[in-house]
Amino acid sequence: MFIFPVNQPTAGLSDNPVNRRPLIAVIRLSGDIETQRIARFGYPVMNRVIELKLAANNRNKESPPQEKTTQPLLFPASLARNSSQTMGEWTVSNPRIRCRNVNVHYGEKQAIQDLNLDIGDQQVIALIGPSGCGKSTFLRCLNRMNDTVVGCRVSGEILLDGQDIYRDGVDVVPLRARVGMVFQKPNPFPKSIFENVAYGPRIHGFATNKAELWEIVKKSLERAGLWEEVKDDLDQAGTSLSGGQQQRLCIARTLAVNPDVILMDEPCSALDPIATTKIEQLLDELREHYTIVIVTHNMQQAARVSQRTAYFHLGRLIEVGETARIFTNPRHKLTNDYISGRFG
Amino acid sequence: MSRPVPTAMNEFTEGHTFKRYDGELNHLHYLVLEMGALVLSQVREALAAFKSRDLALAHKVVTRDSEVDRLEVQADDEIVKLIARRSPVGSDLRMVMAVSKSISDLERIGDEAVRIASLVIQIFGNESSDPNSQLVRDVNGMGAMAMGSLQSAVEIFDVWSEEKARAVIARHRDMDEEFQSDLRRLMTYIMEDSRNIGFAISVVLVIKSLERIGHHAQNLAEYTIFQVKGEDIRNKNP
Repeated sequence: MFIFPVNQPTAGLSDNPVNRRPLIAVIRLSGDIETQRIARFGYPVMNRVIELKLAANNRNKESPPQEKTTQPLLFPASLARNSSQTMGEWTVSNPRIRCRNVNVHYGEKQAIQDLNLDIGDQQVIALIGPSGCGKSTFLRCLNRMNDTVVGCRVSGEILLDGQDIYRDGVDVVPLRARVGMVFQKPNPFPKSIFENVAYGPRIHGFATNKAELWEIVKKSLERAGLWEEVKDDLDQAGTSLSGGQQQRLCIARTLAVNPDVILMDEPCSALDPIATTKIEQLLDELREHYTIVIVTHNMQQAARVSQRTAYFHLGRLIEVGETARIFTNPRHKLTNDYISGRFG
Repeated sequence: MSRPVPTAMNEFTEGHTFKRYDGELNHLHYLVLEMGALVLSQVREALAAFKSRDLALAHKVVTRDSEVDRLEVQADDEIVKLIARRSPVGSDLRMVMAVSKSISDLERIGDEAVRIASLVIQIFGNESSDPNSQLVRDVNGMGAMAMGSLQSAVEIFDVWSEEKARAVIARHRDMDEEFQSDLRRLMTYIMEDSRNIGFAISVVLVIKSLERIGHHAQNLAEYTIFQVKGEDIRNKNP
């Protein structure tokens, strides 16, 4: 008999199917669920338990495998034949971002195929899909974060307010101020709360004097819903805050440079439910002023916070539409199977 | 071990990754079918009791209604727990909604069967009454139509057939017409001989119950279409 203590086994693993393999083995060992599906892919059980330890060690070395390098483990390419065209309403009447025929390659491997999608102003769009489906890759295209990845090629058009962000001569620094990003793990600078938020406006020259800078910091912290909690001690280290507070600090840091669009890559996956609720409430408030694109593995979160949902599968945008419709009456079988937990 | 290559997509979509969820949904579906079979037999026996003036059978129908109520409570309980624990979405959500609404319609069909059985006891419990055979025939006509619709509605809930569901809905219009013509005949009968008013009223109540049963069967068919197509066709019939 095995006794297997498991502490939040999925919380940090969702980015990458490689990381999930040990987890699958753990589930199999516990014998709780029908093991046929796991057995079908032939994971040798004991090896994977060893790998769980190895994976944990690897993470300590700060070499998280990027999504680009992962092969979709559970979803062979043969499935993609059923999904040649995007279903649903991929255009909107008030687009902030327009993507046309976007293809992304990492070397030989195609990560995104013929993607067409409008992202509307003042709304939250959730990108969902199994690991390795290209949703994070797509998110990173929107502020050219993929530029730094060797071998990454982006073709097609991504227009922000009608301007192609990939045209020659675009400076990515102001682009990334306009299209801010919040990451999975809160990553405040090892500085004070004030300096964390003031850093961006200062280097972009948004404030001419101390009073203006202070005003920007205050406003950003207020919008991020953190002001009341930290106003008495803005000099304490950003890293001394709780996880949820740190994430809101990172959001405040993004807001401080006055973005139009905020990209969020699983912003709540490292947070507890209460901190998650606070971030979700914040998203709902922020969408009055910003366009928000959120990648999430938590489908209930997508259902709660977004107005539109886009489902990705093997590098294709399978279906996009109003969130309420996607979660009640998805048109594509893959969408239905994914959101209802039939695979993934 | 090499990884097997799937031959068809349904290898991946045969059920939920969490198998217990499949079991819970299947059990819910089974409860509707069980309840459907039970109310079907309740209506059938209430009509048989009317036809053969069988008071014992009518009493049996009245007593057995508690079984229908028990199934309704059990299904409601399972639905609430399933929503709380599994947060169904997509086709699962539509199925849970369809089941939930079907259960209350089935319970009401059960109530109508009891109403008919009670009327049988009332009409034929008194030895002196001598019902008109023509009126009894009217009840049989409506009864056959209601039974047909109900039987189909329960069957299509098993196979989730949109086509058959639309047929049930179409049939309901015939039943409406039959109900109206029965009422006209009853009126003539009452005008001919006022001594028959008491019996005629009872018969009106019986055929009204049958009309309600047909209406509930139509609802069941509409829920099936909602489950299959995600389309709410209530009140959209031409």
